[in-house]
Amino acid sequence: MNLAVAKTGKGRAVSDLFASAEGRLPGSPGVAAVRREAFETYERLGLPHRRIEEWKYTDLRALVGEVLPLAAAPDAAALKRAADAVKAHAIEGARKLVLVDGVFAADLSDVKALSSEVGLKTLREVLADKANPAAGDLLRTTSTDAMISLNAAMATDGVMVSVADRTQLSAPIQLIHIATAAGASAFTRSHLRIGKGARATVVETFVAAGKASGYQVNDALILWIGDDADVAHIRLMDDAPDAVNVSSHFVTVGAAVKLNFFNMTTGAAVSRLQGFITLAGEGSELSANGVNLLQKTEHGDTTLVVDHAVPNCVSRETFRAVIDDRAHSVFQGRIIVRPDAQKTDGKMMTRALLLSDEAEADNKPELEIFADDVSCGHGATAGALDDSLLFYLKARGLPEKQAQALLIQAFVGEAIEQIADDALREHVIGIAERWLERRS
Amino acid sequence: MALLEVKDLKVRVEEREILHGLTLTVNEGEVHAIMGPNGSGKSTLSHVIAGKPGYEVTDGQILFKGEDLLEMSPDERAAKGVFLAFQYPVEIPGVATMTFLRTALNAQRKARGESEYSTPDFLKKVREVSKSLNIPQDMLKRGVNVGFSGGEKKRNEVLQMALFEPSLCILDEMDSGLDIDALRIAADGVNALRSPKRAMVVITHYQRLLNYIVPDVVHVMSKGRVVKSGAKDLALELEASGYAQFEDA
Ligand SMILES: Nc1ncnc2c1ncn2[C@@H]1O[C@H](COP(=O)(O)OP(=O)(O)OP(=O)(O)O)[C@@H](O)[C@H]1O
Ligand SMILES: [Mg+2]
Repeated sequence: MNLAVAKTGKGRAVSDLFASAEGRLPGSPGVAAVRREAFETYERLGLPHRRIEEWKYTDLRALVGEVLPLAAAPDAAALKRAADAVKAHAIEGARKLVLVDGVFAADLSDVKALSSEVGLKTLREVLADKANPAAGDLLRTTSTDAMISLNAAMATDGVMVSVADRTQLSAPIQLIHIATAAGASAFTRSHLRIGKGARATVVETFVAAGKASGYQVNDALILWIGDDADVAHIRLMDDAPDAVNVSSHFVTVGAAVKLNFFNMTTGAAVSRLQGFITLAGEGSELSANGVNLLQKTEHGDTTLVVDHAVPNCVSRETFRAVIDDRAHSVFQGRIIVRPDAQKTDGKMMTRALLLSDEAEADNKPELEIFADDVSCGHGATAGALDDSLLFYLKARGLPEKQAQALLIQAFVGEAIEQIADDALREHVIGIAERWLERRS
Repeated sequence: MALLEVKDLKVRVEEREILHGLTLTVNEGEVHAIMGPNGSGKSTLSHVIAGKPGYEVTDGQILFKGEDLLEMSPDERAAKGVFLAFQYPVEIPGVATMTFLRTALNAQRKARGESEYSTPDFLKKVREVSKSLNIPQDMLKRGVNVGFSGGEKKRNEVLQMALFEPSLCILDEMDSGLDIDALRIAADGVNALRSPKRAMVVITHYQRLLNYIVPDVVHVMSKGRVVKSGAKDLALELEASGYAQFEDA
């Protein structure tokens, strides 16, 4: 190409990112071609910025500047630190799948226990399988988003989990992403297939090991849910305070499915979760909920697109943001109702709690309705803590911060209580409590 | 010994003076009643003692056990033993009453350097007190005052008072909204807390409450001042003649 070399916000050539990583990216020549194409898309688009409608409130050019080079595969010392982090963040009773700096860590994972219940492979091994001509498809999505293209180009590993039809998982699967490196990027992509009539709980956890800082995470999760399945999906992003996390979910929901999704953002300097959920089978119920807890100068963006492609589905979204200091929370919720999707019942409610005068909340609900017999709606509020409630608590002996904490917990409780499992809910409340302790 | 000394207190709300030099002394072991027409400043006084923001004290002082109360934050006052049973208790959705009670009690104990209550000890204590006040246990699982009837809210205030064992209890119209049975139960609860070390200030419009909680001293407040003080018979006198005689005071 005869174009001038594209540069990052910090003056480095964008193409270096891919060129320097290419030797380490798994895949047959066919996969490599898909990667190259994806990178060209990224190179053409560059980091998303505010003139891209979907990224209007999360200008990565301004907030992040450039994508850091690919993290090195973890060495023994890194894996040791990761092991400590796993201990600290593992959910009791859950079966762990651990990715360290973008590489699957079998020794830290419960491979054996899981293999008896589910099909389990790594993305790396599937991509590298020369006998599989369709491997490149694992890197394709329908999206034209720059960050998703970048993920396709750079993904080093991920897990491929398949739950057979009518399997009732005996324990939650916890996918733990651990960063041990500073100043580098990890790109992961995982595929989860939940069979018809199956029952599964999947938790994603994003954390730093030890003092890992200034790193970037770009993750994609492709989740396919068969008819009549019952799925709880929880994502807990608690990355280092100066990290960047951009995650994309592609969820396809069959008929008569119950899907309960919950996301909580308590970490990272800049983060975005973009979830694209398609209700593709009739009679399904989606409950999609989230909490952003942000302080200092953190920027947290939760963007959910719920696509009612067929009739007779219900979707409910409850979102809460607690924003302190000069932090900035973004919630974009789009409900699409396709022309055929009659009797759709889709509602979202979002509330922001501003704990400081400089805290900022952007809230963009969108209803795109192409069917006429539907019931859809959204509501949004933003405000400060109620002084009269604060005073009541203080008059009963609670110091200011503790009174605030109690009211904040009550506020986010409205979203957290949507998690049905007691132990998981307690785990989530524990993370929220630690966030509250960081405030004081 | 004087527990509470309010001296020539002047208070403004939004540039308007509400209390115009109010003086009141309450000794340990005493029960004082404050009566007075609507808008005379009774709740304002109770709020200033409890430390509610939005009131500007322009003159005078409030001493509690000899210490300057106005220098303390509301939670410090609570830990030192000041308790206000609110005229209008707020509802706090999402904060279970039980959680609230325990958090508050332990916060007060911590501030006083006392050890926190263990869960069984705490539960036992709450059960005892709520039983004596006829408060069903499932009410305590709900959000603080959420969906409580007017009377239940008032009983919840008395429950907290019994649990926290403050040395100064200010009851702002505890009787409003209570039916006769509930009034008797609540009053019994208050009477059970009477002790030589504890004082009470009972704000009410009705002499009836004072049949149950018999005061040592009755004060009449009008237009931001205490205009008359006397023995319990003063309440009966007021009931007969109204506040007109004090309007020009
Ligand atoms: N926040 C406020 N802003 C403006 N005025 C106020 C405020 N709070 C109280 N006031 C005024 O101060 C005066 C005293 O009010 P307060 O509530 O203390 O009276 P009260 O004696 O308790 O009356 P009641 O018997 O009706 O309860 C009233 O005129 C009231 O309107
Ligand atoms: Mg009043």
